[in-house]
Amino acid sequence: MTQLVYLVPLFPLIGFLINGIFWRKMPKTAGGVIGTLTILASFIVSLGIFFEVKNSGTATMVHLFDFINSGKLSIPFTFQVDALSSLFLLIITGVGFLIHVYSTSYMHEDEGMVKYFAYLNLFIFSMLLLVLGGNYLIMFIGWEGVGLCSYLLIGFWFKNRDYTNAAKKAFVMNRIGDLGFLVGMLLILYTYGTLSYQDFFGQLKGGQVIVSTSTYNWIAICLFIGAMGKSAQIPLYTWLPDAMAGPTPVSALIHAATMVTAGIYMIARSSALYNLAPMAQTLITWIGLATAIVAATIAMKQYDIKKVLAYSTVSQLGFMFLALGVGAYTTAVFHVMTHAFFKALLFLGAGSVIHAMGGEQDLRLMGGLGKKMRITQITFLIGCLAISGIPGFSGFFSKDEILAMAYAHDPILYYLGVFAAMMTAFYMFRLYFLAFTGIFRGTHDQEHHLHESPWAITIPLIILAILSVVGGYVGLPAVISEHHALASYLAPVVANTGEHHMLAGTEWMLMGISVSVSVLMIIVAYVRNKKPAFAPNTGVAKFLENKWYVDELYDAVIVRPIGAISRLLDRFAERAGIDGIVNGVGKLVGWGGDRVRLLQSGQVGFYIFVMVLGIIALFTLGFFWIR
Amino acid sequence: MPIQYYLFLSMALFSIGIMGTLMRRNAIIIFMCIELMLNAVNLLLVAFSKMYVDSSAQIFVFFIMVVAAAEVAVGLAVIVMMHRKVHSVDINILNRLKH
Amino acid sequence: MYEVLFWFLTIMAIGCALGVILSRNPVNSVLFLIATFFAISGHYLLLNAQFLAVVNIIVYAGAIMVLFLFVMMLMNLNADVEPQKSRLAQLAGMIAGGVLFLVILAALRTASLSVLDKQSNDIGLIKNLGKVLFTQYVLPFEISSVLFLSAIIGAVVISRKEEVHSTVADGSVNTSDIK
Repeated sequence: MTQLVYLVPLFPLIGFLINGIFWRKMPKTAGGVIGTLTILASFIVSLGIFFEVKNSGTATMVHLFDFINSGKLSIPFTFQVDALSSLFLLIITGVGFLIHVYSTSYMHEDEGMVKYFAYLNLFIFSMLLLVLGGNYLIMFIGWEGVGLCSYLLIGFWFKNRDYTNAAKKAFVMNRIGDLGFLVGMLLILYTYGTLSYQDFFGQLKGGQVIVSTSTYNWIAICLFIGAMGKSAQIPLYTWLPDAMAGPTPVSALIHAATMVTAGIYMIARSSALYNLAPMAQTLITWIGLATAIVAATIAMKQYDIKKVLAYSTVSQLGFMFLALGVGAYTTAVFHVMTHAFFKALLFLGAGSVIHAMGGEQDLRLMGGLGKKMRITQITFLIGCLAISGIPGFSGFFSKDEILAMAYAHDPILYYLGVFAAMMTAFYMFRLYFLAFTGIFRGTHDQEHHLHESPWAITIPLIILAILSVVGGYVGLPAVISEHHALASYLAPVVANTGEHHMLAGTEWMLMGISVSVSVLMIIVAYVRNKKPAFAPNTGVAKFLENKWYVDELYDAVIVRPIGAISRLLDRFAERAGIDGIVNGVGKLVGWGGDRVRLLQSGQVGFYIFVMVLGIIALFTLGFFWIR
Repeated sequence: MPIQYYLFLSMALFSIGIMGTLMRRNAIIIFMCIELMLNAVNLLLVAFSKMYVDSSAQIFVFFIMVVAAAEVAVGLAVIVMMHRKVHSVDINILNRLKH
Repeated sequence: MYEVLFWFLTIMAIGCALGVILSRNPVNSVLFLIATFFAISGHYLLLNAQFLAVVNIIVYAGAIMVLFLFVMMLMNLNADVEPQKSRLAQLAGMIAGGVLFLVILAALRTASLSVLDKQSNDIGLIKNLGKVLFTQYVLPFEISSVLFLSAIIGAVVISRKEEVHSTVADGSVNTSDIK
């Protein structure tokens, strides 16, 4: 089955081509079915591969064709099937399949539904390339592909200018990060002559090429810049909240479960490199932590249901980078997995709510939805419990593992992490209480429209809720069980460094602190939002509501100057310079033609004169130029 | 005499003919300068025929004269026709070639 | 003796040629050209090309230049109405001609040429020329007659007067010549 790994990206690619070419003529249901079945097929193959890898425990390279072969540079198109990539395959195709099913109902009334499925399939294809690639170049191809699909899907309702601007913003910010990625790749190529994982990591371990630590740091930092852009860390995170302009399933798939985790995947894959670059690791840790905290503060004061979830995603990604920074690669991957489950669940639930509210997304107009939408309410509650790290749910296991690893590295990281986790619990339950409990605050028409969503929407919600509960049990902490299933599964490929063995007592204490703090915040959220009054925000609250004015800052410092430079260049370089030259050539030819026309004077005497001159010239050339 | 002297003489006459063609505006004078050029060439040919002791050059000169005569006949007919139309033989007036 | 004659004829030839191009009265130009032809014929005699010398006089000086004179008289040209080119054009023409002269001479200065035989030889005699003409070159000779024929016809056709048809009041067609 492993040799058939090429089928996994092939099915979505076929789905994309069929839906993409025939989208105008294809009936909507057929398009949805094709789009969904391809992902199902990929999921089945991924399952097979997963079990094979689990049993064999080795990595397999599947060579497809020679891609680049020039001089000494040889980059083949190979897929690396090992524990890490097969795990990600499952997450991508599994969650992706559920979201596709969801979309068949959610996007049912949209004219461009088939086009939507084509884009979704293309996205899955690119993401699969990203995780399957055997070298950085194929990862980069997938990287760019998901960036492109993100742009296409965010701006899916392209008639709205704000949405297309958001799509552009996402793409441009991604590209800024991609520059870092490219530079990192070039550095690797220059220093080691290869981009393939096995060669590169082998050389790192073998230590044949003598490089200084600063080289490692530079490469690591450059790659991390790419991850910053893709996974929305400070300073390249502002695109993600704006990306909520796209359809909700898109937000669920791309901006919760898959694309934004590409950065985590890359760093986890390159763990051998990061272990040699302490400065980069410190950078990652602090940026991750800062992002987690800042995003959480902003989420506390947002009124759009999707924006809260967006900032929550940014914050959780910060947690994952915190884990990566302290060397806990397996833990980060663990959190990726659980986060994929509960964040997708939360987004899809939000989509169900928006659907029921007829497109309304403002929390201030919701309330008491639980009465009419039981399934959505229960599954959403499960998601909130998971993300807040309540014991028994998957988020508890992964988040606590991150906090424990952070504590073992440096206690202050732990305390700051707990601070962020507190806020996570608070804003998530604020969201829950505002939306699902209390009295409905919307209009009468909206109230009449409220209904539970069809099964195509609720069944994925139920499945994801179940996964959000049981998904954590693959990574039991040491105090409960000796066997960490996920860690042992990933061990051949990526492993936590610095296995800090803590006393059992310390671990229990850490867990206790974080859990009790979270529960406390849930109660606070309940109290404050039982009967909510929405006064206009002032002071700190206003600062948080306006996202720390970061967008305005970027606009003033970066966007406007670049706009001004562009206008300047347009006037001087473009109009006067380039247009001047091009038009000038045309004018020159015209002018020259005018002048030459005067030669045709009709004067015979002049003609004879020119003839004589010609003869003289011919003589001179003929007799004196022959060497 | 060394042949170079005849060369000089012939070339001098030839270039005088060229100068005349370029300097004068009267069509008939220009025609006459052309005749002068032809004669310069004739002279050179005869000189070469004596140098190489070959009579073909002189035959050639003979034919040049034949052609010159015919050409003069026709050319002057054209000039006469021109004069009838525009009452002048100034070549600056004859600029229909412009179109 | 030979040299004195040579130089005398040379100076006469060049001087009369200059006279052709520089004189303002066109009739004077014609007369100068006739003198030039005489000088050239003298050169032919020096080169012992007797036949050509005589033919030169008869054909060129005798026939062609007379034709020129006739046409000149027909047009009643004299120095007053003679149009002149601008000074610049004249200067340009002179320079062009001079440059051509220099270029050709420079091109030929390295040519290896032998000395003319001071002895007169017989190839210029009419008997020898006749022999060559009527044996080797008889075809061009015959064709030149055709050339003459076409020249004559051409000259007559070109200079024919046009006929104009005019209608008189009573409808009869009158043909008259344009003067």
